[in-house]
Amino acid sequence: MKRLLDRWLPAYAALYIVFLYLPVLLLPIFSINTSAVPKFPLSGFTFKWYEELPRTTALLDAAWNSFIVGIAASLLATILGICAARAITRYRFPGRRPINGLIMAPLILPEIIVAVSMLLVLQRMGLGLTLFTVVLGHVLICIPYSVTVLTSGFEGFDRSLEEASADLGETAWGTFRRVTLPMMAPAIISSLLVSFTISLDDFIMAFFLAGTETTLPIYIWGQLRFAAKLPSVLALGTLLLVGSFILLTIAETLRRRAERRTHLTGVAVA
Amino acid sequence: MTAAAEGSIAYRKARQNAKPLLQSEAARGFALVSPTLAFAVVMLLVPILVVIAHSFWTQNYLTVDYTFTLEQYRIALTEPIYRDLLLRSLFISFSVSVLTVLLAYPIAYYISFHGGRHKNLWLFLITIPFWTSYLLRVMSWKVILGYNGVLNSGLLGLGIIDEPSTALLYNSSAVIITLTHAWAAFAILPIFVSLEKVDRTLIEAATDLGDGPIRSFLRVTLPLSMTGVISALLIVMIPTVGDYVTPKLVGGKDGVMISNAIQAQFGKALNWPLGAALSVSTMLVVSAMAAASVLLLRLLVRRAR
Repeated sequence: MKRLLDRWLPAYAALYIVFLYLPVLLLPIFSINTSAVPKFPLSGFTFKWYEELPRTTALLDAAWNSFIVGIAASLLATILGICAARAITRYRFPGRRPINGLIMAPLILPEIIVAVSMLLVLQRMGLGLTLFTVVLGHVLICIPYSVTVLTSGFEGFDRSLEEASADLGETAWGTFRRVTLPMMAPAIISSLLVSFTISLDDFIMAFFLAGTETTLPIYIWGQLRFAAKLPSVLALGTLLLVGSFILLTIAETLRRRAERRTHLTGVAVA
Repeated sequence: MTAAAEGSIAYRKARQNAKPLLQSEAARGFALVSPTLAFAVVMLLVPILVVIAHSFWTQNYLTVDYTFTLEQYRIALTEPIYRDLLLRSLFISFSVSVLTVLLAYPIAYYISFHGGRHKNLWLFLITIPFWTSYLLRVMSWKVILGYNGVLNSGLLGLGIIDEPSTALLYNSSAVIITLTHAWAAFAILPIFVSLEKVDRTLIEAATDLGDGPIRSFLRVTLPLSMTGVISALLIVMIPTVGDYVTPKLVGGKDGVMISNAIQAQFGKALNWPLGAALSVSTMLVVSAMAAASVLLLRLLVRRAR
């Protein structure tokens, strides 16, 4: 039994990875295929679908909007994430668990329900739907991820370093700026990147809250209705895939470095 | 030296005097968390309460009638179209969560127990596909399962089928396959975390005391990793019930889910109270199903021991 398991588990793991990657790898494959219909066998190699992209103004507008929304949402989500992660890892206070639960709730709630609830309130308040409302929605769904990334960076953070700084006469703000912030920097950058990626990819929030504005996923959604547009959408998707991959690799490397650094200093000081 | 000592006493006193309000740990923690909390209250808690309130009202063309009524819930739960959509959504989210957890457990087990030095690399590998555009991942499944799709042309090429099958796309199973793929990482990570916490010496002890691999798995590893299995089940089951994109792209007419109806009420149909009642009913019913699944699972695991 044990030997059977030892032999089958790696094979299963490999198969599982194939299952995970197959749909993702189809994007780049069909984006350089000459045929507009994505099917095997491939008909020939071309970059024409990519060449079309920079000439499409609607796409460029949507990309710019997504970029602005992503920057704003990731900054806000990370600032709010820092407050929450710091409060939760550093202090004990009454209501900590329910507060944490509420902040993390968007992770588990169906996104459409969160989106329509926000839509309802924003409409009731008479707030027009613009990119600003999309940013608000994205901040809400990014905070749980931001808090998760930051908490893993903050845990194991050695409090005695801050105490030492305070004892040596540094003010609270000075301690934060010169001790806490540098230690947290990798986790913070990692949170910014993860939030940006989520915002860039999010469709549901933008779909309900963007009004007449478009972001990249809304643009893609519109294009998916036309079969002939599929290859250029796949080309765009491939570019997004490469972009997210690079951002997340940086985020992961930084997060790990932050983890190692806080643990190492913890050990060194102890 | 005396001056210095006095200075430090004065300093301590000053610190102690300032303590009651801002220096107390609870107050500082609460102050720090308050911006995030305020945002979550305004953007999430209040909106959800407003939705719940709307579900007891009625839409009167362009205005809302504020008299309390349960009519919307009657429509949401008994009208055949909404009832069927809700049941189908529950069936799909239940299947997806069970399937995802079953498929994820062995891989999480493999990474935790046999991953060696490459655990982090494995986890990173598993999360990458999850970060690619959600819309395009669903689209890929449409390309795979379609009439002229990859699967059909592959099967045709291998001579397994004579003509393309139409049974692959535009039904509930297409939705289930796509969602199982989309939520894989969400199931693997919590199970992995709980497996990492399993004390390996307990398994050794079970083996030393004569339990075979299956028995020691059922009696030690599985019960100790149940928290991960349960969070994986919940984190997949509850959000997938409201998935909008997947049924719309690969579900066809037979794969429409409740979210498509909710969207219609908030969009074209402009019936907010009904949309609200559909949302609230979906949340309540899926929570009940999740709670029942967790209880059932706990019972099964206890039996297996």
